[in-house]
Amino acid sequence: MKLHEYQAKSLFADAGIPVPDSRLATSVDEALDAVDEIGYPAAIKAQVHVGGRGKAGGIKIATDREEAARYADEILGMDLKGYTVDRVLVEAGVDFVDELYVGVTMDRGEGKPVLMVSTEGGVNIEEVAEENPDAIAREHVDPAFGLHPYQARKVVYEAGVDADVALDVASILSTLYDLYESNDASEIEVNPVMITSDRDVVAADGVMNIDEDALFRQPELEAMAEASYEDDLERKAGEYGFDYVRLSGNVGIIGNGAGLVMTTLDLVDYYGGAPANFLDIGGGAKAERVTQALDMVFSDDNVDAVVFNIFGGITRGDEVAKGINEALAQFDEIPKKVVVRLAGTNAEEGMEILNTDLVEVEKTLEDAVQRAVKNADEVTQ
Amino acid sequence: MSIFVDDDTRVVVQGITGGEGKFHAGQMIEYGTNVVAGAVPGKGGQEVHGVPVYDTVDEAVAAEDADASVVFVPPAFAADAVFESLDTDLDLAVAITEGIPTQDMAKVNKRLGETDTRLLGPNCPGIITPGEAKLGILPGNIFSEGNVGLVSRSGTLTYQVVDNLTERGIGQTTAIGIGGDPIIGTSFVDALEAFEADPDTDAVVMCGEIGGEDEEQAARFIGEYMDTPVAGFIAGRTAPPGKRMGHAGAIVSGSGTGTAQSKIDALNDAGVPVGDTPEEVADHVEEFL
Repeated sequence: MKLHEYQAKSLFADAGIPVPDSRLATSVDEALDAVDEIGYPAAIKAQVHVGGRGKAGGIKIATDREEAARYADEILGMDLKGYTVDRVLVEAGVDFVDELYVGVTMDRGEGKPVLMVSTEGGVNIEEVAEENPDAIAREHVDPAFGLHPYQARKVVYEAGVDADVALDVASILSTLYDLYESNDASEIEVNPVMITSDRDVVAADGVMNIDEDALFRQPELEAMAEASYEDDLERKAGEYGFDYVRLSGNVGIIGNGAGLVMTTLDLVDYYGGAPANFLDIGGGAKAERVTQALDMVFSDDNVDAVVFNIFGGITRGDEVAKGINEALAQFDEIPKKVVVRLAGTNAEEGMEILNTDLVEVEKTLEDAVQRAVKNADEVTQ
Repeated sequence: MSIFVDDDTRVVVQGITGGEGKFHAGQMIEYGTNVVAGAVPGKGGQEVHGVPVYDTVDEAVAAEDADASVVFVPPAFAADAVFESLDTDLDLAVAITEGIPTQDMAKVNKRLGETDTRLLGPNCPGIITPGEAKLGILPGNIFSEGNVGLVSRSGTLTYQVVDNLTERGIGQTTAIGIGGDPIIGTSFVDALEAFEADPDTDAVVMCGEIGGEDEEQAARFIGEYMDTPVAGFIAGRTAPPGKRMGHAGAIVSGSGTGTAQSKIDALNDAGVPVGDTPEEVADHVEEFL
């Protein structure tokens, strides 16, 4: 779960990390009220869950009231990589002389949190990591002990941060680790930490992602969650509780288990088709889930044909078959051709139950995918 | 022969009185697994499927000599249940639970390095040695005894590949689902090392997926240390960056690490043929045997 910059910064500020003065605005008038209080220059920053906002035109610096009005008007309502901007953070500009990168994340390979500091802040850190990995200093934290304060100092000095501000940066990093731990974050990043001409240290941006598996014990963060979907289908998937990812092709895919659904997508591609989505109906799915899944792919205008692939472990083939029959019986005309392949637990019973007037049936995954690709091709021709 | 579990394995099921735990304990017993105890706090003294339930794993071990556990405990309490297994010095703990917070798993992982217990999972389908023992939720009927080892990050993909093998009469020594989470106990390398040491395993299938670098590490291990031939499969070739494909661990990061191509290249470099389809994986295995 992603937090917005303004939400992350409010957690930073509460924890004592210096952040620029700012106000949240949802209209041009509110933005102007905000700059009247804050003064100039002021940054107008789109609050959406996408990276690279600056490059995409979602962050502008206003030096007077006329500019502030124009930028707020431009940014509010703009489409930023598929997301509509409905609020901006109006923030006091910082007179900086240097920018650092500071972050805390989980190193999967080590199974430990890792602190990261770089003096090459303000730019895309992933590019720095790729082109000049030595420019990022790292320090792993023992998750059982937590952070020892010296570790924050060590990594800051190792990164080559100017000595006069090093302890202030280390203090910010220490606090970020506390926030990482206490909020079950999967990632916290401040890029940039700005060093001002007065040698003050300020967190000028804030990225904070929360481990969704830990939300059960983070009720305050869960309340901050703002479902932000790229389109109505992702919203619908969220409501149904499906693992769903929309892609750009025209073969709709329904399956059970992440690895097998991914494999089905790959096979559609391999046989010359283009997958329209990833949709995992999960283990033990029964009739209602099947109906919801079919509703998902049928409501996707991009989908021309559907492949429904279930390998039953906990999921029972006969239950799935009943669900498919029930769901399709509601239609006078089936909107899109559906190829079904059932295997595993009670697959044979399922195959017998399936109404072949409504669906096409294939025995192997490879055959099912090829038939669906062919069905989709026929629609587009 | 087999790896990690066989018909001598004595299993305690943590969470045996819950819906999932009860159902799958029954399935395990039906398969012939030596389920000797259940462990559920507050339920000591009860019986499930004729198996005695104890309040703690410690009691279950003392009374029934259990040496392996299967964890069917809800995510909020699962890390605690795994710690209980580790601290009781079992040989093996299999964590089926999906959705354990990653920071909990980091702490588990730390303890793991201090014990001799092997952890499988979490968020995994478990392990099966066909004809001997099944610890987890894998459907027993699709597996058959044979000489191919299988290790996979995904449950249903495992079933698919096993099905392709079984169609050709190729059975398995042991099949292992290592789990789809970012932090897991047994890695590909651990499983491959055990298969390499098992005289009855003549070939190995390794099914990976996008995310992380476990497959790349496995490829290096295969290249350097394995004589047993390995066939590979990688799911997620068409996955877009930054999107989590179901499994918490199955995500291509923005910087391009964890892609299917990097894993396929690493495996190919180690001499491992990677099938474009599960059927092709079975073709490769057939060639090995």
